[in-house]
Amino acid sequence: MLKGHAEHFPGSIHQPPLASNVDAIQPGVHIEHPHHPKLQHHFDDMGQQAEASTLGMWVFLVTEIMFFGGLFMAYLLYRWQSPAAFQEASAHLSIGWGGFNTAVLIFSSLTMALAVRAAQTSESSRTQVGWILITMFLGVVFLGVKAIEYTEKFRDHIVPGPYFDATKWEHPAGVEMFYSLYFCMTGLHALHMIIGLGIMTWLAIMASKRTFNAEYYTPVEVAGLYWHFVDIVWIFLFPLLYLIGRHYHHG
Amino acid sequence: METLNYLNDGHGLASWLLTKDHKRIAILYLISITGFFAIGGFFAMLVRLELLTPAGDLLSAETYNKVFTMHGVVMVFFFLIPSIPAVLGNFMVPIMIGAKDLAFPRINLLSWYIYILGGLFTLTAALSGGVDTGWTFYTPYSTAAANSHVITAALGIFITGFSSILTGLNFIVTIHRMRAPGMTWFRLPLFIWAHYATSLIMILGTPVVAITILMVAAERALHLGIFDPALGGDPVLFQHLFWFYSHPAVYIMILPAMGVVSEIIQAFSRKNIFGYSFIAFSSLAIAVIGFLVWGHHLFVAGQSVYAGMLFSILSFVVAIPSAIKVFNWTATIYKGSVSFDSPMLYAAGFIGLFTIGGLTGLFLAAMGLDIHVHDTYFVVAHFHYIMVGGAIMGYLGGLHYWWPKITGRLYSEPWARVAAVIVFIGFNLTFFPQFVAGYLGMPRRYHAYPPEFQVLNVLSSAGASILAVGYLIPFTYFAYSLFKGEKADNDPWGARGLEWEIPSPPPTENFTVSPIVTEGTHQYVHPSQEAKLA
Amino acid sequence: MSAGHVAPKSLYYSVFLALLIGTALTVAVAFVDLGAMNNVAMLTIACVKALLVILFFMHVRWGTRLTWVVVASGFFWLLILFSQTMSDFATRGWIAGTLK
Repeated sequence: MLKGHAEHFPGSIHQPPLASNVDAIQPGVHIEHPHHPKLQHHFDDMGQQAEASTLGMWVFLVTEIMFFGGLFMAYLLYRWQSPAAFQEASAHLSIGWGGFNTAVLIFSSLTMALAVRAAQTSESSRTQVGWILITMFLGVVFLGVKAIEYTEKFRDHIVPGPYFDATKWEHPAGVEMFYSLYFCMTGLHALHMIIGLGIMTWLAIMASKRTFNAEYYTPVEVAGLYWHFVDIVWIFLFPLLYLIGRHYHHG
Repeated sequence: METLNYLNDGHGLASWLLTKDHKRIAILYLISITGFFAIGGFFAMLVRLELLTPAGDLLSAETYNKVFTMHGVVMVFFFLIPSIPAVLGNFMVPIMIGAKDLAFPRINLLSWYIYILGGLFTLTAALSGGVDTGWTFYTPYSTAAANSHVITAALGIFITGFSSILTGLNFIVTIHRMRAPGMTWFRLPLFIWAHYATSLIMILGTPVVAITILMVAAERALHLGIFDPALGGDPVLFQHLFWFYSHPAVYIMILPAMGVVSEIIQAFSRKNIFGYSFIAFSSLAIAVIGFLVWGHHLFVAGQSVYAGMLFSILSFVVAIPSAIKVFNWTATIYKGSVSFDSPMLYAAGFIGLFTIGGLTGLFLAAMGLDIHVHDTYFVVAHFHYIMVGGAIMGYLGGLHYWWPKITGRLYSEPWARVAAVIVFIGFNLTFFPQFVAGYLGMPRRYHAYPPEFQVLNVLSSAGASILAVGYLIPFTYFAYSLFKGEKADNDPWGARGLEWEIPSPPPTENFTVSPIVTEGTHQYVHPSQEAKLA
Repeated sequence: MSAGHVAPKSLYYSVFLALLIGTALTVAVAFVDLGAMNNVAMLTIACVKALLVILFFMHVRWGTRLTWVVVASGFFWLLILFSQTMSDFATRGWIAGTLK
């Protein structure tokens, strides 16, 4: 039945009938039509492009939920199995630093939302860049605090592995497990923050060139979604890591 | 003057390596996937050669372990999971829905580069000595005892996972947002439904194996012992996390093939699919329920019996949507005007072999039986019936069916039929004896076995050599067709669908004018009815 | 493309304030012994905070139904992972002699 010539079938499934003869395809001719310079040609209009981009970022964030989810699963199991050890380990983390960092990230989510809003309402590029830079600054503050905390862990021989000082603890195995999870989870989170800072840098540069306004602000929106997601991960990490069984200790 | 199409629209290496055209990216995948298939096949050949004799005389035990590991890793992650979606899906999804390209063409290209990078990492692991953990990387062997190439291999798989994720992401957004006017959900070809369901699995499952494999690498490299028993770590947790993805992964491998089969049997029975919405919803059901059954890989791992019961019941339930598909395909063929061109041979083979594979899965879903056949060749035969008898036959069928569209050339149909028959015979001779051997107690992943299994193993290895011949023949006539094949026009099979209404090969932008769809794509007319319509 | 829904700045400031209060609350509650309810309270507060970020900062409140479904399915799938895995560990030993 394989043959070179098509048969005519009644009732084409669409109309107008597609040009199946090759004359209709003009090589190298781009018919001029007015469109936004940022419209990619496989999209019909800016609205479709924006919707596709936003949906795409949300689908990506779902993969991130499942990605972090594997670590949360491990955490869930081991905390359920070794509550005393996890409590002991968690007590050694500084609520001061953790709480401060939580506030910093929440603040950065606010400034990011304001950055998106600034683009949405066609505010000046100075305003847009300003909000983006503040967000980035807060991100750097967060990472700075994490660096301080990590350094303290190294200094106190709490980092899992050959230099872990088991003698300090009542439940050394469980504590080392807690800190394995602590470093994996906060480390992965910090990596996402660093990537976020990279995205923000690019965004700030684009914003400074007056790229974003009410007609086109999708990259800002989409970058905002990513940034807020990283904030949400920390919203869960903070109480799960820093606040286990605090009522058994004082301060 | 040669007409402008996506193949001659731009010449030179850069125009291919920097392309944003989904069709060219599909070709890039086609070439690389074929390469990985050859590598995986090479490792398979070593396995079957070793198993010709009961003694472990060809390869040492350690080398054998590395060989079957690399066979599994390469075939699963670098061939089966990408194959249909990245080649046929990338090419056909935009065309079938009436779009000019996928939603994110640059991300599409990025997914290919990520795939290649992951492949390079994994091949590096293989060439620097190989990994012997099995493709399943069970802890604590993979984290504590195995060699350090685990890290490289784990990273390779981790990286390639992102290729899968990006492909799935692209398909989901494309199918939601880029359908042509009038292309409602229930006018979509079943190939699209299959790829949508597959993409859901890619998105929801792959990240979990990604983090799990990263934890294994972290445990080796950074002493973050999340699976370390000395810290209270639980190897069974690894198995839960691993199989949470790896079971749905098998549905990533089979759903696209089912989509191909749905398309082929309509074209070659000249009949609309029976039970369109049943097949469409079955695809979604397989994707969802497939996420609930992973514990059937842990029946003898120390998992709670109650959890085992739950997973067992759900594993029986997941067979139902697959069975529904088989019934609907059969009803489609019934009283159709059937022609056994090579795509149809592959599709028909799929239906039979997938049914056997699926039914033997039920054996494994029953806890009591599984205790007897777990880790035997029964399991190996079961999953090869699905992966090779099912997925690969679906891939080959689709490749044949759409070859004229993709290349604009017709291949030698007589040789294709010969190859299909050789593949079918070789496949069954390879894997059916393995059911028997496994049921009689031959364990898997052993390079030596008791002499009473030798006859079955010799049959299996003989079959493997026939299968290899069957796989090599298409190389020849496909390559020949590129240079000397008769040129194909829009619709050489007389099939229905948007892809058959544009030239072969298609122009770069697929459609010069966006089609406005007024009815479902599956509007086959039985030859006996054609006279009435003319 | 016309701008999507533009939220007033005051809404953002209110959400910000609510998030800070939620953080303070979760720290305070952690020091009070509520037994098993400590975990419930902590998770509830975290979920409410996450919901505020998702609905208002991430604009899901004014988004399409598809966006809702996508977000919900992400968290739902996480629940599948958690509950079915714990169904194994939590029921070990329910049948006499099978506790490892």
